[in-house]
Amino acid sequence: MLLSLRGATVRFGGRAVLDAVDLDVAEHEIVCVLGPSGSGKSTLLRVVAGLQEPDAGAVLLAGRDQAGVPAHRREVGLMFQDHQLFPQRDVGGNVAFGLRARGVPRAEQGERVRELLELVGLPGAARRAVAALSGGEQQRVALARALAPRPRLLMLDEPLGQLDRSLRERLVVELRELFGRLGTTVLAVTHDQGEAFALADRVVVMREGRIAQSGTPLEVWQRPADAFVARFLGFENVVEATVTGQNADTAWGKVPVPGDAPQGARTLLVRPAGVRLVPAGEGLRCRVAARTFRGTHVAVRLQPGDAPPLEAACALRAAPEAGDEVGVEFDPDEIVVLG
Amino acid sequence: MAGPVVFFALFFAYPVVAIVGRGLKDGDGWHLARIGQVLAESGVRHVLWFTTWQALVSTALTLLVALPGAYVFARLDFPGKQVLRAVVTVPFVLPTVVVGTAFLALAGRGGLLDEVWGVRLDTTVWAILLAHVFFNYAVVVRTVGGLWAQLDPRQEEAARMLGASRAAAWRTVTLPALAPAVAAAALMVFLFTFTSFGVVQILGGPTFATLEVEIYRQTADVFDLSTAAVLTMIQFVAVGAVLAVHAWTVRRRESALRLVDASLTARQPRGAGQWALLAGVLLTVAVLLVLPLAVLVERSLDAPGFASYRALADADSGVFLVPPIEAIGTSLQYAAAATVIAVVIGGLAATALTRRDAGRLVRGFDALLMLPLGVSAVTVGFGFLIALDEPPLDLRSSWILVPLAQALVGVPFVVRTMLPVLRAVDTRLREAAAVLGASPWRVWREVDLPLVRRALLVAAGFAFAVSLGEFGATVFIARPDNPTLPVAVARLLGRPGETNYGQAMALSTILMVVCAVALLVLERLRTDRTGEF
Repeated sequence: MLLSLRGATVRFGGRAVLDAVDLDVAEHEIVCVLGPSGSGKSTLLRVVAGLQEPDAGAVLLAGRDQAGVPAHRREVGLMFQDHQLFPQRDVGGNVAFGLRARGVPRAEQGERVRELLELVGLPGAARRAVAALSGGEQQRVALARALAPRPRLLMLDEPLGQLDRSLRERLVVELRELFGRLGTTVLAVTHDQGEAFALADRVVVMREGRIAQSGTPLEVWQRPADAFVARFLGFENVVEATVTGQNADTAWGKVPVPGDAPQGARTLLVRPAGVRLVPAGEGLRCRVAARTFRGTHVAVRLQPGDAPPLEAACALRAAPEAGDEVGVEFDPDEIVVLG
Repeated sequence: MAGPVVFFALFFAYPVVAIVGRGLKDGDGWHLARIGQVLAESGVRHVLWFTTWQALVSTALTLLVALPGAYVFARLDFPGKQVLRAVVTVPFVLPTVVVGTAFLALAGRGGLLDEVWGVRLDTTVWAILLAHVFFNYAVVVRTVGGLWAQLDPRQEEAARMLGASRAAAWRTVTLPALAPAVAAAALMVFLFTFTSFGVVQILGGPTFATLEVEIYRQTADVFDLSTAAVLTMIQFVAVGAVLAVHAWTVRRRESALRLVDASLTARQPRGAGQWALLAGVLLTVAVLLVLPLAVLVERSLDAPGFASYRALADADSGVFLVPPIEAIGTSLQYAAAATVIAVVIGGLAATALTRRDAGRLVRGFDALLMLPLGVSAVTVGFGFLIALDEPPLDLRSSWILVPLAQALVGVPFVVRTMLPVLRAVDTRLREAAAVLGASPWRVWREVDLPLVRRALLVAAGFAFAVSLGEFGATVFIARPDNPTLPVAVARLLGRPGETNYGQAMALSTILMVVCAVALLVLERLRTDRTGEF
């Protein structure tokens, strides 16, 4: 393992921001830590970088305990959330900073800066002032600066957080392609699931300083570990249930579940696509509370009596109007029984 | 951190304690009853009362005169604003001796007012009060105006949109935001006027004396050390209290405000009210700040053919062992040495104070660093003489003694100028450098230094100007054959005769020009965010 955290714990005033976290990152792997703000993601990166001493536990890089090794000797890269480019240096000076700190000869520095600026799509920008760069350009310079000293591990803190949506979607594809080509080992943190799923080989979901789930993007998306992960991924239809055989008792009445579902008191996730609208009078009786156009489909918010609301995904033409009465049936293929 | 602590312990705490000890202790122990006796003397009570009320009145007057100025400099745009801002700051770095001399030239015997209207103010308290306003105008304009310019006008606009009238919006949004700065400025002015020495020494005559002047009289003329020691302690306690309040208001101000670039908030004056305000402020500046200095220059040129200036080079003036002109060179050398000491000590202290892991103890040191501004400079000077007189620290005969005392007064300015800038350097910028492999030394050199270089220069300039004008401590420790400019001015004024008067004016003018040039150079360097002064 290139990076191993063993029971890493950080407390701020008695509160555990990082609570006995175990995490392994293999060489060439891209791992994305996903979690809401305050879940301890950034602290995790700071502990690995050596900017924050863990109160307990160990950080191992390539098998060596990093306790007492200061940040500037760990040979890891960290791209900060707001880039933190040095305002007093031009683009080239920023990219070359890590090389100068390591005493790389001047000629080699220039060569590497040129190469990296080309790599991030800013050829010839070395003499430009940092203040004159747009958000996307700053992000590229920050990336080039972090990559320049060839860190063993590259860490990204909300790498695309401040950019607008279309730029983000383009950059995340570029980044993944770039890291794959360079074979970089990456540990990124973000609160944006789209970003995490598009970038990562493996996603680690964090909650209140602990790891809630770890797996490939597909695994996490298909089988969220618990109600927290499901809700964090944006699923609204999460409900307490008692599973007996092929059926579950819920606030929405009897709901069919897949054949291999675990039995007993469980939490149930119904994906919006698994909520089928049928004419009023059949199935569960609901009133349409609101509808939101989502581009490819319409998200319909349904109010079934006093039960918790349900979200359904409908095709554009089939979507009912707000205030309509409809019936609801459930599709067992789109229903997950959580842990 | 250790450096500044040792420096302050050795050259500040030790001399002050030594002189208090000398006054209150003899062979068999402390005589604390002396405190009560001194306080019971009516003369001392009179001095205490005068010190307090003149400081209060000076502060109130300064606020009254300078707050409109703060508004005008913060929110109105007019041609020549930059130059004028520098001009109003000149008095603040002027040596107190020059300020006193200038007001003497304006309102004293044979002064401008005396000649034109037969009015003399130097026998009344008004001369002192006006000189204090003159001196501290810039403190208010800088501290309050600096913040006022950076307050986001949109906050007030937001209040207007929520239905507040213009006046209500100002009262509920701007005034509360400004109040801590006004309080901080008022406290600084109170502190400076409470401990006023040079101005009162020259303008007060036999009638008016502040604590500081009385300490000087008791030590240098009456040789009553125990009374001086008690007075020193009283002043110490008063100053400590004021500084504690000041630290508290500053902290409150640093916390909560949304600030914007100052250049975005100023506008052309509009409407009769704003034009009248602008005119009023310009008139005040002309009469109160520029006129005394102009009169000073005019008096120095009174004698035909620059006689006053030429007399400065004359070795046989009888006042000194050397021609007064040599005081210029001496002053510049001392001030340069003091600047180096102040910048090193102050820079180290400011760096230590900005470290994130700085504990309560270190942060307490922040307030302590301000003490030399308020503790009787006379006491420090005399303390130097009696404390640093035996091996291993026998510095009495060393030239370094004067720069050391002057640096003591310069350090608070260096710290105050550097701290806000160092605090504004984003910690993550340093972290970014560390993660890229930069050692702590390289981080300081490549991240901190380039960002604080300007502040460092500004701090050095302030330390230089303050050292140049330092009077209270220097008057004790400067040797007769090596007087500094302010000491030479004071001695010339202390002697009768037209020639001496003319020479004092000439020497003051030279001192003023040196200080003003130093300041105008700084003004080109400084940004509005660099510190309080």
